Amino acid sequence: MITLLARRGRAVISFDQLQRKARLMQMPAPDPAILARKAEIVARLLQILPADAVIHDATETRAYECDALTAYRCPPLAVVLPRTTEEVAAVLRICHDEGVPVVPRGSGTSLAGGALPTADSVILGVSRMNALLEVDYDNRLVRVQAGRTNLSVTDAVAGDGFFYAPDPSSQLACAIAGNIAMNSGGAHCLKYGVTTNNLLGATVVLMDGTVLELGGPYMDAPGLDLLSVICGSEGQLGVVTEATLRILPAPEGARPVLIAFNSSEVAGACVSDIIRAGILPVAIEFMDRPCIRACEDFAKAGYPDCEALLIVEVEGSPAAIDDQLARIAEIARHHDPIELRESRSEDESRRIWLGRKSAFGAMGQINDYMCLDGTIPVTALPHVLRRIEEMSRDFGLQVANVFHAGDGNMHPLILFDANKPGDLERCEAFGAEILRLCVEVGGCLTGEHGVGVEKRDLMTVQFAPQDLEAQARVKDVFDPRWLLNPAKVFPLSLSQGRRAA
Amino acid sequence: MMQVATVDDLAEVIRSAQGPLRIQGGGTRPVGNPVVGSPLQVGLRGITLYEPGALTLVAQAGTPLAEIDAVLADHAQHLPFEPMDHRALMGTGGEPTLGGMVAANASGPRRLRAGACRDSLIGVQFVDGTGTAIRNGGRVMKNVTGYDLARLMAGSHGTLGVLTEVAFKLLPRPEKVTTLILPGLDAPTAVAAMAAALRTPFEVTGAGWAGGNVMLRIEGFATSVADRAERLAAALARFGRAELAAADPWPALRDVTGFAGREGDVWRLSVAPTDAAQVAGRIEGEVILDWGGGLIWALVPPGTDLRGQLGSIRGHATLVRAAPETRAALGAFHPEPQPVAAIAAGLRARFDPRGILNPGLMA
Repeated sequence: MITLLARRGRAVISFDQLQRKARLMQMPAPDPAILARKAEIVARLLQILPADAVIHDATETRAYECDALTAYRCPPLAVVLPRTTEEVAAVLRICHDEGVPVVPRGSGTSLAGGALPTADSVILGVSRMNALLEVDYDNRLVRVQAGRTNLSVTDAVAGDGFFYAPDPSSQLACAIAGNIAMNSGGAHCLKYGVTTNNLLGATVVLMDGTVLELGGPYMDAPGLDLLSVICGSEGQLGVVTEATLRILPAPEGARPVLIAFNSSEVAGACVSDIIRAGILPVAIEFMDRPCIRACEDFAKAGYPDCEALLIVEVEGSPAAIDDQLARIAEIARHHDPIELRESRSEDESRRIWLGRKSAFGAMGQINDYMCLDGTIPVTALPHVLRRIEEMSRDFGLQVANVFHAGDGNMHPLILFDANKPGDLERCEAFGAEILRLCVEVGGCLTGEHGVGVEKRDLMTVQFAPQDLEAQARVKDVFDPRWLLNPAKVFPLSLSQGRRAA
Repeated sequence: MMQVATVDDLAEVIRSAQGPLRIQGGGTRPVGNPVVGSPLQVGLRGITLYEPGALTLVAQAGTPLAEIDAVLADHAQHLPFEPMDHRALMGTGGEPTLGGMVAANASGPRRLRAGACRDSLIGVQFVDGTGTAIRNGGRVMKNVTGYDLARLMAGSHGTLGVLTEVAFKLLPRPEKVTTLILPGLDAPTAVAAMAAALRTPFEVTGAGWAGGNVMLRIEGFATSVADRAERLAAALARFGRAELAAADPWPALRDVTGFAGREGDVWRLSVAPTDAAQVAGRIEGEVILDWGGGLIWALVPPGTDLRGQLGSIRGHATLVRAAPETRAALGAFHPEPQPVAAIAAGLRARFDPRGILNPGLMA
């Protein structure tokens, strides 16, 4: 994931957006026959949905012209906001019949353009499908309509001592439907996994209106595990309307320790040693000096001025927390930390997290930056950090590193000056080099944001043609006419023949 | 028996196959409908990569599980899903392999907390029915680059492709394990006791019932295990006085050894845990519960159709052990609703267009 964030409230623009300066961003040309039939298509949709659930006025469809990757904009043909699985199925049957592409949309928080429309497409928004359908503590699950927001799932059960584990940073706004589409993660993946590990069942509507019930209140699939391939398919295989989610009893408590080092490599080695020692922290966050300084200026969290800083959080009973923190401290001491600050109270915990949580805002105050989202093997951290530092010198651009070190999901921020000619181009070349490095050391292009339109054309860096072909075959089966979110994930050259057919 | 030791050889064998192939790893898990075909054994062996500091293992699909377990034990790590060993129950010999384990999505009692085999699986390489070698996923635990075909392969019993390499996220092996026993409970009370235990924050990693005893497992660092076990026992006081298990009961529960070598068919039912009491009550036979009730093992007279007895209860029943003619008659796997079955058939047709990989095993 490469996203460019510009300072002083400017739009988030992406790596591909920059490249578009040289070559226009490619999206399939809208089908003139569909554009010409807009009135008839809208009329059919209005026959099965109430008037307020079909948006077709050109000024109103603009509200759906982009997701959180705001650089790419294109108002859709129309927007539908169904309330039930039956309405979703009816909409899809009409669009299937008319040959109209459909772009499913959760809350529109995708940073990869997953919900970007084309002019001839219908946006199917699930935001009105937000009911909590069932809470079952004895079976440790909840069933929700998929438009429900991530945080509101946990909020609904927190009072009874439960939580829903995946917690992407957009959790206040993002929908479960989008979480399933992008197999969302969050800060606690090392211990609790990502969406696919916490999803028990889903109601999925195929492009032709067929309704599939996959999984349910039980723990494994009767036949092929189709749910696993729905999760992370970026809304290309079906529209998820309901989901059964695993909830967990909340831990008794959690406490972080802050560890400061004089070298990023040593900090990386310390992460590996903690994991090797059999400790499973609930989060391991990493920040380097440029990031620490920016956060310190911004949030005054009281961080030491050092090359690299780890925040390691453990949870459990009071005795278990004390024990794990003691083990972590002992490991850290072998790496000569310049400071080791164990939280002893709620307030100290809050202060330790304060800077980290304001990192992105703080960086935006001082610079334009490009944020990447690749994953690497944790053991490659020292090597990757060293290579990034070398590349930083070669490209003449500073990098600030802040990321989930425990699961290897990196978010290097490349700092640049948008007003300085040539800076942008160097920045994008640097970003691409870092992503290639992630793949080269055994990692991947995107850890938690998805491919969307943004990294579509980089897929060939990670996958051989036959690997991509195997994935495309799956779409052939679920959506033979390639009408559902068709211009995403795959390089357009690969999907072209299928979309045209 | 044809054995292949490289990806290229496997691809060539599949490309040139004139008829159905019966794919197997160690041949220890003959689950599914009987398959007629030339036996093909995956002989690719060895660990490709093991990085304890990254909790990552990549190995060839034909590698014996015992070999993997020994290597991981040296670094106090393990495959957290506690894969079932089918040999005792099925009366088979041979060595369970990594690939066979993935093909069966074999998971044990810790599935409750740590997820199934498919949850730990982060990457695969396989050869499909056209003889094409395909990679998916990788070796990192956070990866949304493209569709997740790795987990689709888990539990597909060799019907979509033949696994050649698999990658896992590992977890630390617990330093200390303690098991509490609540003796003398009937099925409904046992299910209630397990649900109560699993609602506590004490991180119960196993909850089963056999021979009237509820078993609850607490594990982790020694310093906190005793404390959590004690508080769990107190929280469950209404179900009786918890005892510490003298011996480790989990391997027997995992492998269902209680039904090994005994007359009768063995069924495996997957239901919502709280439905287990009702289902168990309908079964005329012997019942063992795992996953807090979510997994029911039943030993019933030969030829019994247990599937019909689920009634309106949501879930599915697999006929794991029975005479070939019973498996052929009843079907080993639970019939799926038509739209789901159509997608599954579509995927098989795309990945195995000639229908030569374990044809008919799952449907």
